Amino acid sequence: MTEKLVIIGNGMAPGRMLEHLLEAAPDRYAVTIFNAEPRVNYDRIMLSPVLSGEKAFEEIVIHGDGWYIKHGITLYKGHRIVAVDREAKTVTSDHGVTESYDRLVIATGSVPFIIPVPGKDLPGVLTYRDLDDVEAMLLAAQSRAKAVVIGGGLLGLEAAAGLKERGMDVTVLHVMPTLMERQLDPAAGYLLQKAVEARGIKVMTKANTKAIFGNGKVEGVELMDGTIIPATLVVMAVGIRPSIALAKEAGLEVNRGIVVNDRMETSDAAIMALGECAEVGGHVYGLVAPLYEMARVAAVRLADGEDKRFVHSDTPTKLKVTGIDLYSLGDFADGDDREEIILRDASAGIYKRVVLQDNRIIGTVLFGETADGAWFNDLKKKATDISEMRDTLIFGQAFQGGASSDPLAAVAALADDAEICGCNGVCKGKITGAITGKGLTGLDDVRAHTKASASCGSCTGLVEQLLKLTLGEAYNPAAVQPMCSCTNLGHDDVRRLIKAKGLKTIPAVMQELEWKTSCGCAKCRPALNYYLVCDWPDQYADDYQSRFINERVHANIQKDGTYSVVPRMWGGVTNSNELRAIADVVDKFEIPMVKVTGGQRIDMLGIRKQDLPAVWADLGKAGFVSGHAYAKGLRTVKTCVGSDWCRFGTQDSTGLGIRIEKFMWGSWTPAKVKMAVSGCPRNCAEATCKDVGVVCVDSGYEIHFAGAAGLDIKGTEVLGMVKTEDEALEVIVALVQMYREQARYLERIYKWAKRVGTAEIKRQILDDAERRGSLFDRFVFSQKFAQVDPWSERVSGKDKHEFRPMASVGFAEAAE
Amino acid sequence: MNWIAIGSIADIPPRGARCVETPQGKIAVFRTADDQVFAIDDHCPHKGGPLSQGIVHGAAVTCPLHNWVISLDTGKALGADEGSVRTIPVKLEGERLYIALEALASKAA
Repeated sequence: MTEKLVIIGNGMAPGRMLEHLLEAAPDRYAVTIFNAEPRVNYDRIMLSPVLSGEKAFEEIVIHGDGWYIKHGITLYKGHRIVAVDREAKTVTSDHGVTESYDRLVIATGSVPFIIPVPGKDLPGVLTYRDLDDVEAMLLAAQSRAKAVVIGGGLLGLEAAAGLKERGMDVTVLHVMPTLMERQLDPAAGYLLQKAVEARGIKVMTKANTKAIFGNGKVEGVELMDGTIIPATLVVMAVGIRPSIALAKEAGLEVNRGIVVNDRMETSDAAIMALGECAEVGGHVYGLVAPLYEMARVAAVRLADGEDKRFVHSDTPTKLKVTGIDLYSLGDFADGDDREEIILRDASAGIYKRVVLQDNRIIGTVLFGETADGAWFNDLKKKATDISEMRDTLIFGQAFQGGASSDPLAAVAALADDAEICGCNGVCKGKITGAITGKGLTGLDDVRAHTKASASCGSCTGLVEQLLKLTLGEAYNPAAVQPMCSCTNLGHDDVRRLIKAKGLKTIPAVMQELEWKTSCGCAKCRPALNYYLVCDWPDQYADDYQSRFINERVHANIQKDGTYSVVPRMWGGVTNSNELRAIADVVDKFEIPMVKVTGGQRIDMLGIRKQDLPAVWADLGKAGFVSGHAYAKGLRTVKTCVGSDWCRFGTQDSTGLGIRIEKFMWGSWTPAKVKMAVSGCPRNCAEATCKDVGVVCVDSGYEIHFAGAAGLDIKGTEVLGMVKTEDEALEVIVALVQMYREQARYLERIYKWAKRVGTAEIKRQILDDAERRGSLFDRFVFSQKFAQVDPWSERVSGKDKHEFRPMASVGFAEAAE
Repeated sequence: MNWIAIGSIADIPPRGARCVETPQGKIAVFRTADDQVFAIDDHCPHKGGPLSQGIVHGAAVTCPLHNWVISLDTGKALGADEGSVRTIPVKLEGERLYIALEALASKAA
């Protein structure tokens, strides 16, 4: 029987543990995860680049929803476990879900430490821990006002740099005399302070916070010496505390963290703990490398593999602030039995210090130039006797044994067991072995197979150099991602060639573009079908066998093979006749579930495939048409009641929403398109997280686009303001047509917009009236062929074969 | 072998499938682009998805629920996934299609 494994927490450590476990014993456990955060597993150390704008959230997701589905893992998002019953072996969440376990893993992580000063609970006081914090900071940063970051450690400085990057006026308060005193010696701390100040961030050291003040929200910070610093945002980044309350309540042994042995077992044999909440050998950890090591050990334990134990090792610290290079490793305190070698280059802002004991490296601090960090780390790890190269040691690897200063040569000179990726503990040999052994050709391949460069990314350069060394000329970092394994061409090339060569059927595309398979695959065929529908609306005959089942039968397939049906309710408005017709259909066909959707309409679930045409016939009599809830096409236009009813409404948002929906329904798009129209900036229709949204104001219509509220959450960008409904419709239609013509199949508007750039889209849609007009005309032309209700077509007999079995054999009556 | 007529090849669209209902559940009968015919259980080895509803490419079908790719010839999952589905003998005589009932009976026994 499968054993039940329950995991509390869904951070990077348990995520990595599951990867190892699925590899070693894929079918052994039925896995259930409870995650207090309402999302999937993402790379927490990359939050700083998200804050500074160098990366988007979707780029730092480690396991998307698909991964959990693929591995049959149950993930409860937004469920905080409130009780562990070790007697009954169950856990219970704050939403009342109780799950029993055979093995339990606690990975509750840590909580930011809040300094107990007056005003710590004021709105505007944030910590820096998860995506919610980042989003709150981004929102605050829109004000371009003053921010105070309390804490001059790794996290605090990354937060400060990110907020500065976002246009805020930032002051860092640090209680110690120099920054990052736990990782840097005072000399490097001083250089770091200068580098931070050079970016326009104010730094105050020996600054002791007395209070945070404000009336209803943060207005500033007061220091012990009476200094007042005005601020509308205060970020506390003074350290983390392991989350041990749950374990403590359950009666497990706790100290600073949850006490575990070197096989990650707590004082209860059925319960393990790992990650930032775990304490092993008297240490608690906050950097990713030891946490991943814990994950390896825990997975082996769960799979009953060989006896693997956790061993403490030093982890290098790097600061993820673009333009500040800093590397610190091991022990660098002064001592009688220690010697040091120092290199300073004041004009270049370089400081290097290596601490030696018995001619072996025990600590390193590098500032300004950190390329030799990996080499020093390697020497330290292997406890290499450096007396031979002592005179030139500080100049780095390039100066040893006459090696050249070419970075490629330096990487080539590294030993096979030299560590390249510190986060994931991947050595050079493993990477080069995977490149040659598995025929890898790019960075993404190496990340997928070895995990190297897949966490903080600071070794990406090294990995690329290894690719270059191993593959030589064959390595092309700018190579285009092919559409699928049937072709070497990317989506953009295929779209361009379809137009340029006038290709008008799928076989023509495959022949002319030299497809490697006879009739494509489930990835390329739906994409090609869309491109052809979009480019040749009057000439191309839609290939139903190249459409996903939902678009072939115009309903949504469910996990049990039944379908759900959603009729269109224009702008979310309905009436008693429509509701009565739905009620009758539900009774007549014994539809087991009726649900109101998020798009302001009604979903009927659990309909047998053979009943679909009859269901549509009845709905059609009441005037319903398909809601295209299954389509890569226009879904809903959500509205609020606007100036007709609402005392705040500025325009007829319901009317405009209905007008847009009636104009645009039936159009196929690269991915689904959801819209909304709000009648005032209170935005009850939630237009600012839609693919396209309108926010009405007194003076007209603010057009928004490129929002997302699914796997990713992203506010919209403002395309521009127009004065009339007609203009609003023209701009929206032109925008969607531009997206239809340019985007890659399955690429939502926000991803397309990120690629093309908001400025370029504004230029084509708002500034260039001629271009806008021609886009609008092409959309209107295409609608002539697209605006046919697929339900009534099928009620009149189209694709009959889809909805009936071919034959019925082997039943008793049939055999007689 | 006891062959049972199930209809004509023209009943199935090229690169498509139709279902045959049997006491042991649905059988999916596939027709490829080059008019080869295959029959397998309409039940993906992964989570039971209706394979007859998938996209047919070459001699394989992609399950509509989670995109497993199943070989129509062997019934085995292709690529990194592991699992297999029962195949049923099927023959084409002229336009007429037949499946073998013994295969059904033996499985039922």
